[in-house]
This record gives sequence, C-alpha cells and structure tokens, in this order.
Amino acid sequence: MKLLIKNARVIDPKSKTDDILDILIEGNKIAKIDNNIKDNDADVFDAKGLVATPGFVDVHAHLREPGFEYKETVLSGSRAAAAGGFTTVCCMPNTKPVIDNQGVVEFILAQSKKAGLINVLVIGAITKGSKGVELSEISDLKDVGVVAISDDGNPVSNSEIMRRALEYAGMLDLPVIAHSEDTELSAGGVMHECYMSTKLGLKGITRVAEISMIGRDIELARYTGAHLHIAHVSCRESVNLIRDAKKSKVNVTCECTPHHFSLTVESLVDYDTNAKVNPPLRDIDDLKAIHDGLKDGTIDCIATDHAPHAQAEKDVEFDCAPFGIIGFETALALGITNLVEKGILSLNQLMEKMSYNPCKIINIDKGYISVGGEADITIFDPNQEWKVSLHNILSKSKNSPFIGKTLKGRVVLTIVGGKKVFAA
Amino acid sequence: MKVWTKKDLVGLEVLSKKEIELILETAASFREISTRQVKKVPTLRGKTIVLFFFEPSTRTRSSFELAAKRLSADTLSISTSTSAIKKGETLKDTMKNIEAMQVDAIIIRHSASGIAQTLANCMGPSIINAGDGCHEHPTQGLLDIFTIKEKKGRIKGLNVSIIGDIAHSRVARSNIWGLKKLGATVTVCGPRTLIPKDIEKMGVNVTTSLPQALKNADVINILRIQIERQKAGLFPSLREYAIRYGVNREKLEQYAKDDVLIMHPGPMNKGIEITPDIADGKFSVILNQVTNGIAVRMAVLYLVCQSHTEVVEQEL
Repeated sequence: MKLLIKNARVIDPKSKTDDILDILIEGNKIAKIDNNIKDNDADVFDAKGLVATPGFVDVHAHLREPGFEYKETVLSGSRAAAAGGFTTVCCMPNTKPVIDNQGVVEFILAQSKKAGLINVLVIGAITKGSKGVELSEISDLKDVGVVAISDDGNPVSNSEIMRRALEYAGMLDLPVIAHSEDTELSAGGVMHECYMSTKLGLKGITRVAEISMIGRDIELARYTGAHLHIAHVSCRESVNLIRDAKKSKVNVTCECTPHHFSLTVESLVDYDTNAKVNPPLRDIDDLKAIHDGLKDGTIDCIATDHAPHAQAEKDVEFDCAPFGIIGFETALALGITNLVEKGILSLNQLMEKMSYNPCKIINIDKGYISVGGEADITIFDPNQEWKVSLHNILSKSKNSPFIGKTLKGRVVLTIVGGKKVFAA
Repeated sequence: MKVWTKKDLVGLEVLSKKEIELILETAASFREISTRQVKKVPTLRGKTIVLFFFEPSTRTRSSFELAAKRLSADTLSISTSTSAIKKGETLKDTMKNIEAMQVDAIIIRHSASGIAQTLANCMGPSIINAGDGCHEHPTQGLLDIFTIKEKKGRIKGLNVSIIGDIAHSRVARSNIWGLKKLGATVTVCGPRTLIPKDIEKMGVNVTTSLPQALKNADVINILRIQIERQKAGLFPSLREYAIRYGVNREKLEQYAKDDVLIMHPGPMNKGIEITPDIADGKFSVILNQVTNGIAVRMAVLYLVCQSHTEVVEQEL
C-alpha cells in the first residue's frame, strides 16, 4: 500500500526542513521526499495549504486503563490522541493496579495493539504501588519496554527513595519523570494561592510547594548524574531553577502543558472545576515565564498531561472535584493560538517541542521525517478556526476549560506507520 | 425607582452599592412586622422556600425560617442527616430533584466554597447563600451593616475592625465587600497565619496588632476562633490566642473609642476571643444583630422571590 502526500509544507525540525514537498509512503516507511513525486499506484492526498510534520509525541498522558475505564480507555484515548495529531503517547502509571510490574505493562501494550491506532508507550512507577516506599522492579519494567519511570500524581516525598530511584534508573538509562510537589505544603489546596484564592475562599497551593521540590530533585540529579525530567512546570521560579541547572550541566529536561502556557488563575473566577488542575493555574507573571522558558529552550517540550475525569466527578463542589484537564485534542490549536500567533514560538519551534524533542527525552528513534524512517506523520491546517465543543471531543471525558473557545489550527490527517488513523 | 433584578443572592462582592442599599431599606421597612402582635404578612403567600443546611446552624437557620414564615411562605427544612447525599447522590442531582418539586427559593449552607454560585448558574429557583465554606455569608454581612447603620446612623467614613480568623471567615469577606462599597474603612486583624494571601487587594488595612486594630475603631467585629485551626498548626494555643487577640475590658479601655460597637456573628467562645463582660456589656450589639437578622433575611427573600416571579411572567 502506498500513500502519496502532495504539495505539503513539510516541517521537519530535526533536518530543519521547511519546504513545499511531496512525501511518498510505502508500507510503514517513508520511501521518498521530493518535488513532484509521481506514482500511479499510490493513494494521493493533496495537502496544499496544509502542514506535514512528524507525528506529535506526548510524554505525559493518563489513559486510565486499567482501573478507570469509565474515564478513558487505551482505545478511546488513542482515538482522541489521533484526532489531536499524536502518533505516540506515553501513559502514566497511576492506574489501578499501578503500572509497577511487567503484567500491567503487557496488558496495556496488548490493549494498544488491539486498538491498532497510535503507538502507546508505557511509563512505569518509581515505587511499588506508587507508595513512595520501595522501588519498583525497574529493570524488569525496562525489559518490557517502559520508556521512563514516574510517580506522577503521587510525588516521591522521601528524598532517599528519590535519590536511589535516580541512581537505579540512571544505571538503566531511563529518565525519571518528577511530579515535583511538597505534598505537606500543598495539602488540602485546590488552586493557586493568591488574591483569587482569598476572594473565592478556597485553600491555596503556594508556588513554594513546587519550587522547593524541583530544587531538591535538581540537586539529586546533579549528585547522581541521572536524567531528571520535570513534569508540568507551572511557575517562574521553577523555570529559573531549571535554566540555571542546565547552565551548570545538570542532566535535566522539562515540559509544560498547553493549559499552563494558555491560562491563568483567572479561569477559576466562576469556580469552574474543569480548570482545577495540579499544579494549579498560576498568574500572568508565571505564564510569561513559561513563554520565556519555551522561547529560550529551558522548556524542552510540550506535554498534554491529558487527565480525563468523568463529568459526574467534575460536576461537584470545587473542593471535591478531581484535578485534571484533557489535552490531546486542543494541544496543537492552543500552541498555534497562544504561542505561534503571539510570536512566542515559530511554527517550526512548536513542532520541535511537540515531536522531535519529546523523542529525545524518552530516547526513542522517532520524531522526524526522513527517507527510510517510520511513517508517523501529522497533517494539519494551521489557519483553520474551530470551536471546541462537547460534540467534537472524542475523548471519553470532556473535562476541558477550553470548551466554547474558538482556536486556530486543526488536524486534518494523522498517519501512524503509514496507516491513516484519523481523518477529519 | 429602585428595582431588584437578581435571581440569587450569592455574595456581596457581586452586588452594587445601590443593591445593598435597597436591601437595607427594605429590611428597615420589614423590621416593624416582628414587633407586632400578629407577626405575619401575606407578601410571600404561596411561595415555597427550602432551607438546605449541610452544616450545623442554629442562629442562621432559625432566622431564615422565621423570616420566611413571617412573610407567609411555606418552608421545607432539609439537613444532611436526612438528605440523599449520604446515599451517593451528587449535590447537583439532589438539588435538581428539589427544583423538580417546583420550589421558588433555596437557602443553602454548605462547607464547600463556591457551591452557591455553582447552583445559581444551573438552577431555576433563587439560590440564597447562607454561608458557603470560606467564601461568603452575605446575609450576615448585611445584618452586620444594618446594625452598624442603625446604631451609628451611617456607614460612610466609619472605621470597622474585624478581628480573628480572617482566612477561614466567610463573615469577614461579606463584611469587607459590603462595608467597602458603602464607604467604610476596614481593618482586618489576626495572627499572620490567619490572614489570607493578598487580602489587602480587597481594599482593607491589615494588622497583626490588636491595639492597632482597636485604636480609632468605631466598630469592632470579633470572629469566632475554631479549635481545629490550632490543631492544624495555625497558632500555638487558645491560651496564647486569648492573650494576644482576645478582646477584654482592659484592652478596650486602653485603646478603643468611648462609643465603640462590639459585634460578633456567633456562636461565641466566651473567654477566648471575647470576655463575657464585653459580650454582654454596654458596647455590645450582639443581640441586636440577631434581631436585625430576621428583617434583613425577610428583605432578601422578598426581593429575590419578586425578581423570580417577574422573570417567569415575562417568559410566559
């Protein structure tokens, strides 16, 4: 089977390509990239006016299976991811049971194979049951394909355990993804601590809960030499700490989410539980710092932290609602609307932070378009405006603060291994 | 002519100065009803008002119930122990069921900040906030302002100090919004651990010194201190709190004005935040607050129920 993409604006950050080209896909590989390719046997897709780029890679998502299938499944999450242009998604281990052994990893990979849509990669738990007490069998996890370890959602409080996790994972060349949060400092908090939390009468989470733990984790990474990847950076001082750590050659990378580069605490003014997220939405100064971090490369990549929750769970008292925002289907449009259109990143830089850079972080050979490479390609219209609505979200859960918002940039076709997995 | 158009009373933050004044004027006209032999007028005859209290309350609940009854409304009282909440139904589902019984207004008290706003956004009947978490307690704020105005003749230009656990107080927030809109100068005072982040942006002065808060104050509103806050590490002991922030005769005589008003939203911890002689003394208007609470709540019920009727008639 052959697929010929005609007249696309091909953006490939790795080779610094940005040209109008044709791409010929044969089987699961890219066979040819050139001007005016002709192939009578190929199925032709005219991509005039559209961008073709390496498929997006998300290093931080929650697919909820096993255990929370009412929120999302590997299948429903894969559909949503494909609709958002993601060809590879890494799922976090806070499932039930926790992904702390080979059995659960193999189950998820089997579910993904059955779904037959995108590449699902698995992130294993740092500690057994994500309880923060004993290390998981990390080497065993790596043997079945785990690409990183993390106790996302249940941050490792014990500094000794975090140190040993970095040492052990470092030995295996696995990155440790840190959800850096001092859970005693943030206990009971439901939003960013600021004037807004005072006005709303909600318990705040101070930035210090994040900054202090990022500081600890950076020092442990410096000491152990292991690769530390810091998840969902939310405030200025965090960006500053990471920038300084990189300057002094600490092996640290980090991500930010579309909601943290798009929104501030003002989104909570009407107690919208769909904007309740951890780390919380901060203020305008933090937003600017995140933009600066994206611009100067301190922030390596964009990750969605896609965190589906059922409507009944979000439709409750603000204090009781779970933290989390879905992210697959709005990530590209938020990047274009809030970063590219505002001159913070070029489209090429945005693509780099959504495809090539995430692959470097988890050490996978993807995220670029080249002859002989895997045909994971996303084609999108950078100019199409669309309104996010309950009806056009494919994810099983609809917990998005962007519902009702008009955004720019929409995925038209997602190709994984040469196969069309989403077509608008 | 002043017209009330709001379906709900969620808080004083969202009210204009004119709207607050309208409630106070309406309350003044209702005040006399409670002094009659027959304490009842037919104003809200045929209206159904639900009191939904998810937190224990004696004062506020009795006050609302009497206010509704003196306006001839039918009332239904529901408390957590008898509700479906414990059977796994969400609050919204429960409220939707109440709404389906075609009631006109729901008075709600709940420990979750924001719940009144959330329900107001999705429910047809009027929602009246009787205290939501640490957010607002608008009728308490209104009755405090009503009482100050009654005793001092004005609000504009007065110095009002609020003493205690500002961080967790919905009473403080409603007082601040209301008093600021009517032109008072407000000072909040308490240990640093009980002063919430950036509260000065609400337009108040902040001090951790009780003498500072007492000086020049025309009104001192003393908040209840809860023992749970001590257990949460917010202050060392009730003993130390009483010494540093408890209002007693010596401190008043040393620092306060001769005609100061002492207020407390109740229930009081006598001997901790306020000494009994002050609570029951000549400066105290604490029981006037309770009396005025009924008139203020009658005014609120009347105004929101009227607005609701008009809206419905327009729709028909």
